[in-house]
Amino acid sequence: MSAVIDTGHAHDGHEHHPSGIMRWITTTNHKDIGTLYLWFSFTMLLVGGMLALGVRLELFKPGLQFWHPEFFNQLTSMHGLIMVFGAIMPAFVGFANWQVPMMIGAPDMAFARLNNWSFWLLPIAATLLIVSFFVPGGAVAAGWTIYAPLSTQMGPGMDLGIFALHIMGASSIMGSINIVTTILNMRAPGMTLMKMPLFVWTWLITAYLLIAVMPVLAGSITMLLTDRHFGTSFFNAAGGGDPVLFQHIFWFFGHPEVYIMILPGFGIISQVIPAFARKPLFGYSSMVYATASIAILSFMVWAHHMFTVGMPVAGMLFFMYATVLIAVPTGVKVFNWLATMWRGSMTFETPMLFAVGFIFVFTMGGFTGLILAIAPVDIQLQDTYYVVAHFHYVLVAGSLFSLFAGFYFWVPKWTGRMYDEKLGKWHFWLSMILFNVTFFPMHFLGLAGMPRRIPDYALQFAEFNEIASIGAFGFGLSQLLFLWIILKVTVLGRGEKAGPRPWEGADTLEWTHLPSPAPYHSFHEQPVVK
Amino acid sequence: MRRGGGHRLPVCPKCSLSIISRENQEDTMIKKMAETIGVGLLVLSGTAQAAFQWNLPTPVTRIASEIYDLHLIMMVIILAVFVAVFGVMFYSIYAHRRSVGHKAAHFHENTTVEIVWTIIPLIILVGMAWPATSTLLALKDASSADLTIKATGYQWKWGYDYLKGEGEGISFLSNLATPQEQITGSAPKGEHYLLEVDNQLVVPVNKKIRILATANDVIHSWMVPAFGVKQDAIPGFVRDTWFRAEKEGVYRGQCAELCGKDHGFMPIVVEVVSPEKYTAWVDEQKKKMNAAADDPNKKWNLVELKARGEKVYAANCVSCHQAGGQGVKGAFPALDGSKLANGPRGRHIEIVLNGKQGTAMAPFGKLLSDTDIAAVITHERNAWSNKTGDVIQPSEIKSARK
Repeated sequence: MSAVIDTGHAHDGHEHHPSGIMRWITTTNHKDIGTLYLWFSFTMLLVGGMLALGVRLELFKPGLQFWHPEFFNQLTSMHGLIMVFGAIMPAFVGFANWQVPMMIGAPDMAFARLNNWSFWLLPIAATLLIVSFFVPGGAVAAGWTIYAPLSTQMGPGMDLGIFALHIMGASSIMGSINIVTTILNMRAPGMTLMKMPLFVWTWLITAYLLIAVMPVLAGSITMLLTDRHFGTSFFNAAGGGDPVLFQHIFWFFGHPEVYIMILPGFGIISQVIPAFARKPLFGYSSMVYATASIAILSFMVWAHHMFTVGMPVAGMLFFMYATVLIAVPTGVKVFNWLATMWRGSMTFETPMLFAVGFIFVFTMGGFTGLILAIAPVDIQLQDTYYVVAHFHYVLVAGSLFSLFAGFYFWVPKWTGRMYDEKLGKWHFWLSMILFNVTFFPMHFLGLAGMPRRIPDYALQFAEFNEIASIGAFGFGLSQLLFLWIILKVTVLGRGEKAGPRPWEGADTLEWTHLPSPAPYHSFHEQPVVK
Repeated sequence: MRRGGGHRLPVCPKCSLSIISRENQEDTMIKKMAETIGVGLLVLSGTAQAAFQWNLPTPVTRIASEIYDLHLIMMVIILAVFVAVFGVMFYSIYAHRRSVGHKAAHFHENTTVEIVWTIIPLIILVGMAWPATSTLLALKDASSADLTIKATGYQWKWGYDYLKGEGEGISFLSNLATPQEQITGSAPKGEHYLLEVDNQLVVPVNKKIRILATANDVIHSWMVPAFGVKQDAIPGFVRDTWFRAEKEGVYRGQCAELCGKDHGFMPIVVEVVSPEKYTAWVDEQKKKMNAAADDPNKKWNLVELKARGEKVYAANCVSCHQAGGQGVKGAFPALDGSKLANGPRGRHIEIVLNGKQGTAMAPFGKLLSDTDIAAVITHERNAWSNKTGDVIQPSEIKSARK
């Protein structure tokens, strides 16, 4: 454990690191790397958001006004890829970097140099993705799911996309190995597994999921690459392959991926709710088991993304029932959060607002997920805007809102200053309302039969699309307010000074044992947990 | 809902007269408010006029109506759970706040409660999935069909072949019929904008129609919401689905799987007619097909071929290679002045017949007749700035196919 030995050289309050840009390029400090991850993911969030606004701009009115259809397809595809792999996933890794060592009383991540490499792969991958817009034929336009054989038709933009996915996959795997090793080996004495904060638990399980499925994604896109360039026919029926095979492999990765993007969010919410209810988390062990069950079940439900490919009826029944089962542990989580709030002494600062908002809106996404799980109903709704509404309810109102909650919750620990509470509340209400204005109408569009990924639509869909577009621009602009809130509390260093424990109900190690801001090197002597 | 009379408030004319005659400030305010409300109502009634569709389309098959009911039942259950769960949450938010002086309790575990809220949802969930099972079994049973039709997805149109049953042998392509001007906005959009085709699928009412879905290039999906049908069309494979429409009428759907550039522009239109009308339609189609069959030995001249080729080009080639043959830079190559269209004709014929692997260029040999291919190649080699003077005869295509 070189990292453990390294901390022996650190002295209280002294920060040994190069300054300027080299600090960030060469850093092996988990807090610096966490910051890098968070800034990177926020930048990607804004880029992906701009692409989404490009989509909503075209869909504001029927007819083609702004983009060619092929460019429109690039917008939707790249929006998906950038948000999933560039914004949401790295943001959670950023939280893991900052929080996991502090919450388990470890001085740093287990593999500090690997940590640096995991991060710096990401800007390279992002550059490839952005550059792909400018190659002949443009960027990936086959959807974020890059289904073969449409993806074998694309130009070199697809190769850049595949390469970028490979790099991001490698980054995720290294990051996950680091997180697993850190959690399993570097906990403070006395912190048994079942005493770990729930955020740490959810990340432990998420990291295992990542290690299990990222290679599967890598396999499928490598097969795609060889189909494209080396004459193989994995996904080409004319050569003995099967296009549906791609979907099976992709979703065997893709469904656990969905939970990769939400489980750490569950973890954040499980830290925030008890802190603001001033009451311990209800049903800690059942939360751990529920998280593990969701993770295990996530490997058995992938084909519910493919109910319309024409599966045997037995297969459809299996995947329908297995999918419905996932609602059980998810329900347990929601009930536990409510029981934690029940008879608490609640206050509603911005983190709590986002956490409660998360429960409310995420549950709606869960409900529509249930409707989509019922195979005959899914036949009607598959590949329509209903699906778009559903996964934005779980990924924006779920993952993104949990990230917002986590940011407001921990930023006093990171910077030693309180964020602007008034603006934070504005950010919450604007996001919450405009999110629903954007995505709620999409349920109706889907029910009425509007397909996904179309640049133009029949007149019957016009009104709801108009509302959704207005909401989307509002939601997008509200995030500029978030940018200002972040800049104010971090770069500009404005805001009240925060004490070591600004939230009286927060009781994990980073609040009880460390000052705010947390020193550059924390816990070189591990605390003892009773 | 047609235009409501909402903009005019139901005020008795006498009263409003008296209000105006008094003309004090308060009344002017009331009047202003009334006007504002009136305008508000006008806006509302204006939007109510528009087609807000809140639910699945009206089903016209048994499967679709079962799905409709399933969705409705689930919505009811979900709304009940939603109200119960969030009733608890919002009550807690209301009552258990520090600002109202609530002190925190300290319980954090209760095994009984945990078991209860694991078991009850499980029962509800299985209760939801159970009725879906029989629908699913019915939905997947495409046996003993009266009529079998193959639907082939092409980039970006549908092709239909009547394989078995009345009308066997009928075969046609179904292209988007919405003119380009409506899409770009230079002409007003018609009622069935983007949901209209040149040749619609015609089927008899109350007959079990089996659809064999397949594709020629990439994956498409054949969807008609009113029938409760959505079946991916997978190149190289044949998958089936079925419907039995119980009501005559025209039903519209779209391709539901992203299939490239014009994914949004390949609608599906099915006309369900009475058996008598269907028989008449079949006869008419057969006659048309006989009339359209070209004499394979006919010698065509340049003018004839160019005229026909222009039409074939407009239906099949224009969306990528563009009307002026200039293509789309970086995506679809130009034909105007290109090496292909001005070089050896053998290569040109080969590309049109067999397509180009790894690109969107489809093998049109499977799609078009010898005469059509001969015509379109002749057109391409003599249109725009291309002046080869080549005349490609259908016989040449026929021999190139071998």
